[in-house]
Amino acid sequence: MKHIEFNDYQPIYQQLMDHISQRICRGDLAPGEKLPSVRTMAVEAGVNPNTVSRTYMELEREKIVESRRGQGTFVTEEKQVIEKLRKSQAAVQADRFKSSMEQLGIDKETAFQLLNNTWDGNGGSS
Amino acid sequence: MTNVSCRNVSKKYGRKEALHSVDLTLPENGIAGIIGPNGSGKSTFLKLISGLIRPDSGTVKINGTETGRKSGSEAAYLSEEDSLYDFMTVGKTIAFSAGVYPGFDRELAHTLVEEMKLNEKDKVKHLSRGNKARLKLAVTMARKTPVLCLDEPLSGMDPLVREDILRLIVTHLDVEHQLCLITSHEVKELEPFLDHVLIMHDGQVVVDRNVEELKETERKSLIEMLREVTG
Repeated sequence: MKHIEFNDYQPIYQQLMDHISQRICRGDLAPGEKLPSVRTMAVEAGVNPNTVSRTYMELEREKIVESRRGQGTFVTEEKQVIEKLRKSQAAVQADRFKSSMEQLGIDKETAFQLLNNTWDGNGGSS
Repeated sequence: MTNVSCRNVSKKYGRKEALHSVDLTLPENGIAGIIGPNGSGKSTFLKLISGLIRPDSGTVKINGTETGRKSGSEAAYLSEEDSLYDFMTVGKTIAFSAGVYPGFDRELAHTLVEEMKLNEKDKVKHLSRGNKARLKLAVTMARKTPVLCLDEPLSGMDPLVREDILRLIVTHLDVEHQLCLITSHEVKELEPFLDHVLIMHDGQVVVDRNVEELKETERKSLIEMLREVTG
């Protein structure tokens, strides 16, 4: 796996949390699936193992994963938790889209139209 | 856990002051980056911690004992310079190191060398620069000292070797018990691997912070921080 590209302004553990959350939402990491060990994840992502431990701890606090003593860390099997996570991840992206449009000086109506066009695949970034 | 403390440490080479009353306690474990311009005192700092040189004033202690000639079982120093013997093979270098360093983990050394695809029968003389760097690091890591001082392990290496070196550290360092100090100018590349950062400037430590906390409060990359405090 290629190392994750990290941005400069956010703590790495948060970026890694987002990355893992997205993989869970996509189903790339299935409900109940075991996450890689801390060290394996550190090598894969190209980060410090202590950062991965922190990431797993924070994910556990949000009930997205659970650690089982002596066995490792597993993706939650609670569908509701994953659904909630998907919604909150989507909300973050929606926020980003909105602020990018605002920065370009595009109003709500035009933005919606653009989004509609993109969605239907006619009128891309030409 | 290891306690490394510097109390008012100064060091001069001739008239030039390399370190000026450095006073700090290092984190107990994890990976700490030491960054700063050339000549800011990074190597001097590492050599003092490994007991290879003595301060002109002040004290450097590891777990309460002043560092010096006998610090070899506490701190390992990876030199930027050539530190291998040309006439030895890779295998012989491991055997030799096992004889020199107390507590050297021979098995680990063989594993590391194999992981990095070095041939034990090859002579050091015939190794590429990257492979010499890999071997040097393997020998240093196999000493399993509580403190590892890596002086410019990435300098002059191609991107693949740099990646390999960082991977080896992440895979085999015991981040809960060992402290690894790394000096480097490859700040951006090193940043995701760091728990802690020290920024040096003109012989002084001007920033001494946890990296995640620094990002959370300053929302800046280490390069930006470096530019600000040394500019």
